[in-house]
Amino acid sequence: MTDVGAAHPGASTPAPDVGRAVVHTTGVEKTFGTGPTAVKALEGIDLEIGQGEFVSLIGPSGCGKSTLLRLIGDLTTPSAGQILVNGKPASRARLDRDYGMVFQAPVLMDWRTIARNIELPLEIMGFPRDERARRSGELLKLVELEGFGGKHPWQLSGGMQQRVAIARALAFDPKLLLMDEPFGALDEMTRERMNLELMKIWGQTATTVVFVTHSIPEAVFLSTRVVVMSPRPGRIARIVEIDLPHQRTVETRELERYFELVTQVREALRRHEPDTTTMDELEAARIRAEGLG
Amino acid sequence: MTALPSIAQPRGASLGLARETRSARRVVGFVVVLLAVLVVWELAKWLGGDPWRIHGTVLGLRIDYEHLPPTHWRIADDLSLPHVWDVARAFVDPAQRNGPPLGLVLAGQALFTFREAVIGFVFGGLLGLGLAVWFVHSRLAERALVPYVVASQTVPILAISPIIVSATKAGWLSVAIVTAYLTFFPVTIGALRGLRAADQRAFELFRSYAASNRQILWLLRLPSSLPYLFAALRIAAAASVIGAIIGEIPAGIPDGLASAIINYNQYYVTAPERLWATIILCSVVGLVFVGLVKVAEGRLLRGRYRTLDLA
Ligand SMILES: Nc1ncnc2c1ncn2[C@@H]1O[C@H](COP(=O)(O)OP(=O)(O)O)[C@@H](O)[C@H]1O
Ligand SMILES: [Mg+2]
Repeated sequence: MTDVGAAHPGASTPAPDVGRAVVHTTGVEKTFGTGPTAVKALEGIDLEIGQGEFVSLIGPSGCGKSTLLRLIGDLTTPSAGQILVNGKPASRARLDRDYGMVFQAPVLMDWRTIARNIELPLEIMGFPRDERARRSGELLKLVELEGFGGKHPWQLSGGMQQRVAIARALAFDPKLLLMDEPFGALDEMTRERMNLELMKIWGQTATTVVFVTHSIPEAVFLSTRVVVMSPRPGRIARIVEIDLPHQRTVETRELERYFELVTQVREALRRHEPDTTTMDELEAARIRAEGLG
Repeated sequence: MTALPSIAQPRGASLGLARETRSARRVVGFVVVLLAVLVVWELAKWLGGDPWRIHGTVLGLRIDYEHLPPTHWRIADDLSLPHVWDVARAFVDPAQRNGPPLGLVLAGQALFTFREAVIGFVFGGLLGLGLAVWFVHSRLAERALVPYVVASQTVPILAISPIIVSATKAGWLSVAIVTAYLTFFPVTIGALRGLRAADQRAFELFRSYAASNRQILWLLRLPSSLPYLFAALRIAAAASVIGAIIGEIPAGIPDGLASAIINYNQYYVTAPERLWATIILCSVVGLVFVGLVKVAEGRLLRGRYRTLDLA
């Protein structure tokens, strides 16, 4: 966390061409399985994400958001196309420890205290003990969990656990933070608080973030760009630039422009699924489709 | 995000008390069941056992009582089911003329068998855990060997133990091997399950850190296997006492419980209560061993694993 407190690069210009590309995908395709049961999860994904950007992936369930995130993180490999992260193949970037990952569930180790959970990646990467302790202390402060370092995960609420997961992901200063619906399991109030928290952290760390979400307001509030995806097979339907002021605060959600952008994203989603009107209905349609198939 | 939520109360105080009441309750339960068994035992003898009488003087009171059970059941006669007090008395009566009491002799033999059981338990535990770790890292080894691991347990241990004895010479080593033969299996199965028990996403997390297999083993697989491993070790501890006794037989070891069992089997017609006393001691050894494993489990896991604080 060398640039704590430093102004975020690309402060007022959320354009993707700020800085060099952290993620660069060309013609990425992903098919699960073979033969008649094969599922084409993604097709023709061309995406470039610049240094310091916060990019959200949004779209109906099953449109391949998680798959795309996992491809970028080298947790799975593409069937076709190329993925470069920091100019390297994704597998190289993983071995170079360029990624911090946060999932929908906190995935903490029960047998470790909160501090030792945060230190886990540092331990794996061979940081000395005192350095680890110093970092976990800093991060506990960053996610406002000072005093909880000695607790075990199950002694914390869901929101607190998710903050620990974020702290753990930030522990080794990864160049790229990959978050798959990190607040999806939280209630609305906690979620909004966590969004503010995340913005604060992002402002302090200059990390590039790829963020999967189901929530349109969340995507608009957090992002510099929102990638709207459409299903079967998963494609990028539209990319919405979020030209809100860089500092995102409680007031951001009351700006005229914020509502306009929410509407834009909603319409982009709707246009690619003409039978349905809202995200809930998209969900319902998907559940029905799965029930029949 | 200002005030620290008050969810995480210190657990020591309230839960410590709860834990004490829990273990007190467990002891009471054990005693109650034991008393119930004794009552049913004597009730069966009262209804269908052999006639018996008490006569003598207790505290200056002459007692002369004879009981004639209304029916007769073979399993309740004095040969099949000696009186509780006869079994109790067998412990204090000398094992041989002018020798130490049977209880003391049996305790010495039990200690000897217990030591063998512990050695076999350690062997079997290490073997079982080693196999599980190997299988987790090699699908090929798992697929090739698991059928044999399972098959090994379908062979009666009684048939195997003479072979082991003749191959290794009679002695503690042969007993340990027979014991390990019985104990490695539950450990392999339990550990295998435990080593895979971690959340799939935890494995992905480690992958994203580019962790080595060794780090995944030590920092993820082994810690998350511990609750499963200890459940298996408890079974293994009980099995190891059986294994040690069975291992002593072909080895002809005279210092353990096996020789007592064989001995009192032969004299069963004249002194059935001695075999019963031996049986009781065998189960005491097993209970103590399982109890020790549970204590170790509590020491190691309590406060570190969610499940253990609730159970
Ligand atoms: N490991 C897998 N094996 C087979 N199919 C998968 C796998 N992972 C995802 N899929 C399929 O790929 C599609 C996209 O899934 P996913 O990326 O999880 O969607 P999202 O995160 O947008 O809800 C879905 O149809 C899903 O069923
Ligand atoms: Mg998903």
